[in-house]
Amino acid sequence: MKTIIVVGNGMVGYKFCEKITAKEESKNFKIIVFGEEPRPAYDRVHLSEFFENQDAKALEMAPADWYSENNIDLIVGERVSDINRTDKKIITAKDREFSYDYLVLATGSSAFVPPIKGVEKEGVFVYRTIEDLEGMLAYAAKIKEKNPNAKAAVLGGGLLGLEAGKAVMDMGLEPHIVEFAPKLMPRQLDSRSSQVLQLKLESIGLNIHLSKATNQILGDKAITGMEFGEDDVLDVEMLVVSAGIRPRDELGKYSGLEMGNRGGIVVDNKMQTSDPNIYAIGEIALYNQMIYGLVAPGYDMAGVAVDQILGYTETLMPDEIDMSTKLKLIGVDVASFGEPFMPASKGHSIIFENKTQHLYKRINVSLDGKKLLGGILVGDATDYSMLHQIFLNGMAIPEDPAQLILPAIEGGASFGDVMDLPDEAQICSCENVTKGQICGTIESGESNDLADVVSCTKAGTGCGGCKPMVKDLTEATLKSLGIEVKDSICEHFDFNRQDLYKIIQVKEYKTFNDVLDNHGNGGHGCELCKPVVASLMASINADTANKEYAIQDSNDRYLANIQRNGTYSVVPRVPGGEITPDKLIALGEIAKKYDLYTKVTGGVRIDLFGATLNQLPLIWKELIAHGFESGHAYGKSLRTVKTCVGSTWCRYGMAESVSFGIELENRYRGIRAPHKIKGGVSGCIRECAEARGKDFGLIAVEGGWNLYLGGNGGATPRHAELFAEQIDNETVIKYIDRYLMLYMRTAKPLQRTAAWQERLEGGLDYLKEVIIEDKLGIAEDLDHEMQTLVNKFECEWTQAINNPETMKRFNHFVNSEEDDDNLVFVPLREQKMPEKWV
Amino acid sequence: MINIVSDKYKTVKPEDVKVWFKAASTDLFPIDGGACVKYKDLQIAVFNFTRLNKWYACQNLSPEKQEMVLSRGMIGDHKGIPMVACPLHKKTFSLENGENLNGDLDAIATYPVKVENGFVCIGFSE
Repeated sequence: MKTIIVVGNGMVGYKFCEKITAKEESKNFKIIVFGEEPRPAYDRVHLSEFFENQDAKALEMAPADWYSENNIDLIVGERVSDINRTDKKIITAKDREFSYDYLVLATGSSAFVPPIKGVEKEGVFVYRTIEDLEGMLAYAAKIKEKNPNAKAAVLGGGLLGLEAGKAVMDMGLEPHIVEFAPKLMPRQLDSRSSQVLQLKLESIGLNIHLSKATNQILGDKAITGMEFGEDDVLDVEMLVVSAGIRPRDELGKYSGLEMGNRGGIVVDNKMQTSDPNIYAIGEIALYNQMIYGLVAPGYDMAGVAVDQILGYTETLMPDEIDMSTKLKLIGVDVASFGEPFMPASKGHSIIFENKTQHLYKRINVSLDGKKLLGGILVGDATDYSMLHQIFLNGMAIPEDPAQLILPAIEGGASFGDVMDLPDEAQICSCENVTKGQICGTIESGESNDLADVVSCTKAGTGCGGCKPMVKDLTEATLKSLGIEVKDSICEHFDFNRQDLYKIIQVKEYKTFNDVLDNHGNGGHGCELCKPVVASLMASINADTANKEYAIQDSNDRYLANIQRNGTYSVVPRVPGGEITPDKLIALGEIAKKYDLYTKVTGGVRIDLFGATLNQLPLIWKELIAHGFESGHAYGKSLRTVKTCVGSTWCRYGMAESVSFGIELENRYRGIRAPHKIKGGVSGCIRECAEARGKDFGLIAVEGGWNLYLGGNGGATPRHAELFAEQIDNETVIKYIDRYLMLYMRTAKPLQRTAAWQERLEGGLDYLKEVIIEDKLGIAEDLDHEMQTLVNKFECEWTQAINNPETMKRFNHFVNSEEDDDNLVFVPLREQKMPEKWV
Repeated sequence: MINIVSDKYKTVKPEDVKVWFKAASTDLFPIDGGACVKYKDLQIAVFNFTRLNKWYACQNLSPEKQEMVLSRGMIGDHKGIPMVACPLHKKTFSLENGENLNGDLDAIATYPVKVENGFVCIGFSE
């Protein structure tokens, strides 16, 4: 058996392992992988996400046991220090030797630190690994303790530098970007697009300093500032150097492989170095006199090396490598493709610029106007996938190429249907997936939806930039096969929930029959559409479930939770979990009187089980007399806002979590939504209220609340995402109002906020734009709609027992006062339970 | 015991009706909804299918878990067949012939219904 040793376990080194184990022939090889970092390969492209969740596992390319499952020996934390090419051995820093038949070098690059005086001072970091980030986090916390308004600078206004700027901003430091060139992202953007990007970044709080050459780093032991000219000083307490990368090519140098003049190990189009048994891939490979610092070419190189070693010698690296990129920098779309800059002698440029919206689009077309040669997009890169494909495939462009980038005019024909692409068009450049492969997996029946396509082809699993296109292709292919992809709620309506929301709102319908007769398919409704319309009526008109009780889901119809034997359980509201002893005694006495099984629920309320239909109004009446109201445990509505005891009692508490939790619970009580909603308020970072497992969660921090949105427990647990930091009570309410209203307007039936948020195009960034920045101009409507619902709140139990008409439903028999005689209870730990189901 | 309960319910065809049981005033049944009628030791779910201007009756016992709940189910149609959905797990049954429309549970028993002088009457064979 031959041995392949892979040196380097970064993204490209990992991709080599993934691609080789996918092939049958890999069974004939022993594969050993060395990684210098203490953990297996992770997604460095999305490193700044580490700040949001501090979850290194989430960034992993594959879990540690993936390697053993695929018979790969992964050795982390051990650097390979030399190669003995004569004996075909590598030597590690721990003086161990390993023999190889093939050696694959994928050591990547390290951050380039320019030789500036004082750069060794404490507080100067590079931005490359999770360990770098952890170091920065710890340091930032330290300086913030002394000076809450501390500033930090990033040296370098390129791609990575701006990412680092975001990281610094997320750490709560005042961010400054220092760039030597007169513009940001000098390698990807022209001057005008760079200016647009700069305006946008400045608008969200980044300070940008261009044309600055740093003479020295000031400070005694630790950094206190940067000096550019004699009187030109920027006071900062931390500096992140992001001035470019340098290949980690020492192994090539030591072992005498052919090297480039300015570094990098020379490879041919087989990824072979000057030693035929040694391959180099990724950011150490010098191919066509170039180092490629992007993920996609690195992945391609890994694929070529795999095929070459396994004997598929016809797989070669193409001469020209596509350097097109699309990314989201601090929430701003930036993309460039083909030739972003172009001399006027080669073609014409068409430029669309709108500085008020921070938008810039430029396309370069050939002199005859027939071919697209390249372009730049800043602020909105939705057209990127299509433009990139047109460029890659040399497709014809409209007579007036401006149509490609001008904002679409309503009713106008949009150019470029994904289905027009040739089969060989590469849709996912990270995983090298073509249109033909995506459509093929659906046509063969292997894939039936987007999730299948992604798992079968891996398209969209790299940078994710192609996802919208993969989605469009999937939907178009399914449609062409006659498979319906519409998400209409049931056979009675051709609309989804969001459509119906708009219809009911605009047409001001008041009954289910109004909606069904005017917009249905001629049937009589069913158990799917009736509760949806009922919920919409509640969300739009603040109707309670008493109004049209026959269209309500079972629980809403009887304002209680139906249990196993057809009896009901009753949960009164206990806002924030705060309850007086008198109320607690009242609950106990009522439970005793009606012989109800009593339990504290998962949402820490008190649930009384085993009530018959006839008993429900009697029980409510007594509860109401003691100051209780409906807890809506039966509704797709707000359940509880769970709280910890907070600063009222707790010696760690930073805010009054109980008081605020009660306020929030009372605000949103009774509001009907696509699914249940839960809240949590924790008085400090210890998070005793488990707020991050809720649809909305608050954690008190210095200076306000951190607001988390879109979490849940259940079958697919998900932590809520950090939405806003250090905000006051009023802002919290404003954001939650808008968030819930948006969710109520647009989610699918029975979709929790977590699933809704996850599938929302643009995700959390989009939510921030809509809720905080009011990008859609609907914030006022959302505020108003929510306030109306809040003002119209009525306790459904009180309403039900005060109306003889709605009371009719609380009899087991319509023609007898008797109760259901079919009920059998058996004893259980001093209480009772229904007889077991057979 | 379970079997004894469900054995009590047998479909009655219109021609086999021997007793028209005067159950309750029509206004006690919700529009496009149901209520439960007691007849001897039987529980019968009766539905006021207003959209079709029809009345239906069937056993109140859900054959799935033997609970007396069908009268509390939502009604409507599946591909044109009038149906009721059990409130426990949304099993649907044809109101015309009792057949389980979304599974292979036993069919439920159905009974003829007529309205006379504002009263709902259910037909039984005994």
